[in-house]
Amino acid sequence: MFKYYGKYIPYLFLLPAAVILLVFFFIPFFQTVYLSFFDYSSSIYAPSLSGLDNYIKLFHSPIFYKVMWNTFLYLFIAVPILAVVPLFIAILINQKIRGVTLYKILIYLPVIVSIVVAAIAFKWLYADQGILNFIVTKLGFAPVGWLTDPNWALLSVIIVTIWKGIGYYMIIYLAALMSVPKELYEACDIDGAGFLRKHLTVTVPHIMPTIALVTTISAISAMKVFAEIYVMTKGGPLNSSKTIVYYIYERAFENLDLGYASAMAVVLLVIVMIFSLINIFCFERKKYNL
Amino acid sequence: MIRRFFSKIKFDKLVTHSVLIFVSLLSVFPFIWLISTSLKGGGENIFAYPPTIIPKDFTWANYTGVWSKVDFIGYFVNSMIVAGGTVFLNLILSAMAGYPLARMQFRGKNLAFFSILATIMIPFQAIMLPVYLITLKLHLVDNYGSIAGFVGLIMPFAVSAFGIFLMRQAFLGIPKEMEEAAIVDGCNVWQLFVKVLLPMVKPSLAVLAIFTFIGSWGEFLWPSIVLTKESMYTLPVGVNNLQGMFSSNWRFIAAGSILSTIPILIFFLAMQKYFISGENDGAVKG
Repeated sequence: MFKYYGKYIPYLFLLPAAVILLVFFFIPFFQTVYLSFFDYSSSIYAPSLSGLDNYIKLFHSPIFYKVMWNTFLYLFIAVPILAVVPLFIAILINQKIRGVTLYKILIYLPVIVSIVVAAIAFKWLYADQGILNFIVTKLGFAPVGWLTDPNWALLSVIIVTIWKGIGYYMIIYLAALMSVPKELYEACDIDGAGFLRKHLTVTVPHIMPTIALVTTISAISAMKVFAEIYVMTKGGPLNSSKTIVYYIYERAFENLDLGYASAMAVVLLVIVMIFSLINIFCFERKKYNL
Repeated sequence: MIRRFFSKIKFDKLVTHSVLIFVSLLSVFPFIWLISTSLKGGGENIFAYPPTIIPKDFTWANYTGVWSKVDFIGYFVNSMIVAGGTVFLNLILSAMAGYPLARMQFRGKNLAFFSILATIMIPFQAIMLPVYLITLKLHLVDNYGSIAGFVGLIMPFAVSAFGIFLMRQAFLGIPKEMEEAAIVDGCNVWQLFVKVLLPMVKPSLAVLAIFTFIGSWGEFLWPSIVLTKESMYTLPVGVNNLQGMFSSNWRFIAAGSILSTIPILIFFLAMQKYFISGENDGAVKG
């Protein structure tokens, strides 16, 4: 049977994809590492080999620490919420009630709408004299500088990411909930277990792998946020909402400091690769038949 | 006893619906507020306290105004070309690469498999700088003409590990007898692939097409790096640009944002079962 394919056929089939992956993934991957050893800060046309200088500069830079701190804050706030809230909503939707499809469509809507439009919509909500501040003042608080106060800007941007992710993870959870045996819930009902108890003892243990999967996927995408920040704050005020991808972008494409930006990109690579390895080998084995 | 039982069920449903309605409202409210603002005329203060959802000075003027100043049709066509090209290449390249990985034995199969798997771990954001330098070297930017510009927008996303593995999985599900029968009938490998196997993996191709389309349609980072000419802008880049064009004219910005959302909204509503059925869980996310 396999003889039929001939010696070169498999390679010919793989060739087009291989070329694309080579040119736009593997070469750039090694080039990122390579560039990180060069100093472009004096001139973009005459880089000089500088060894580990970029990394040393990086780890002595207060801005870099600020940016990493913001990035991990992003992670620590967005990821737990995105792991728990969509599960709760999925459990509610996964019942015999009316309007399930409509709820799903409405809650999924933010996922498909362009992140740029979403960010603009929130920028409008966050306006100094906007509707959110109206609510805040009505509740008796002082108006908040959602995007202009360094204490709030990052949180305001995180809220957009969370808002845009809930529907996506809800659907993943809904798929997982289908696999929980119904008899277990019936047993719970007979025992008279309440909502919380029922789901903590039956649902959560059953879909633990999915919870873990959602945690790692949302952590990886939190590491990669860019558009929200670009559209809403440009990393400001005072770097308070700047995360690593935005800083790489700024350094590479605005300051043309290619070496320094690449050193940061290597840091990002290492972190995302760790998350991805956990993801692939622990939670997605089946998908890849590993 | 029975009465208490019923009252409890009703209460549960009431709570469920209340929570779901609340969450649905939170999900759509930013858009509703944007629509509301886009329909308010100059005679109405859009910063009025208390805010009004239903416009008092109702007008379509912001839509006609922004439409006449911004080339939405152009952005839409550009987005269609880029998303269409990306989908087309992804379907062909993923199917072609997925097939030998599923069905053929050859030297280096494991190497190919793990190399592709490795690309999943490489985020575009970390390698975007060299990708840009390479794209420049290949003259695939809009300074060299719009075709070069489009090719440059498409190529880095022309194939993905997600697509290859999806297609590999699909081919694994086809019984070997199908291939053997086709070979006995005198098909060559290419005919076998195109005429026999591809029609059998149509459902997976559809899933790949839809998710690639959504991803490509919403892509913002890469086009905002490579594009220099306004005539080449895709919708997300064009919409972001509204902020600079109409600095504080929120009526126009809102109208433009809503206009730009209509195509993808239609697409989503038409294809909603693919997104919300939950059968394609873990599909791509930007």
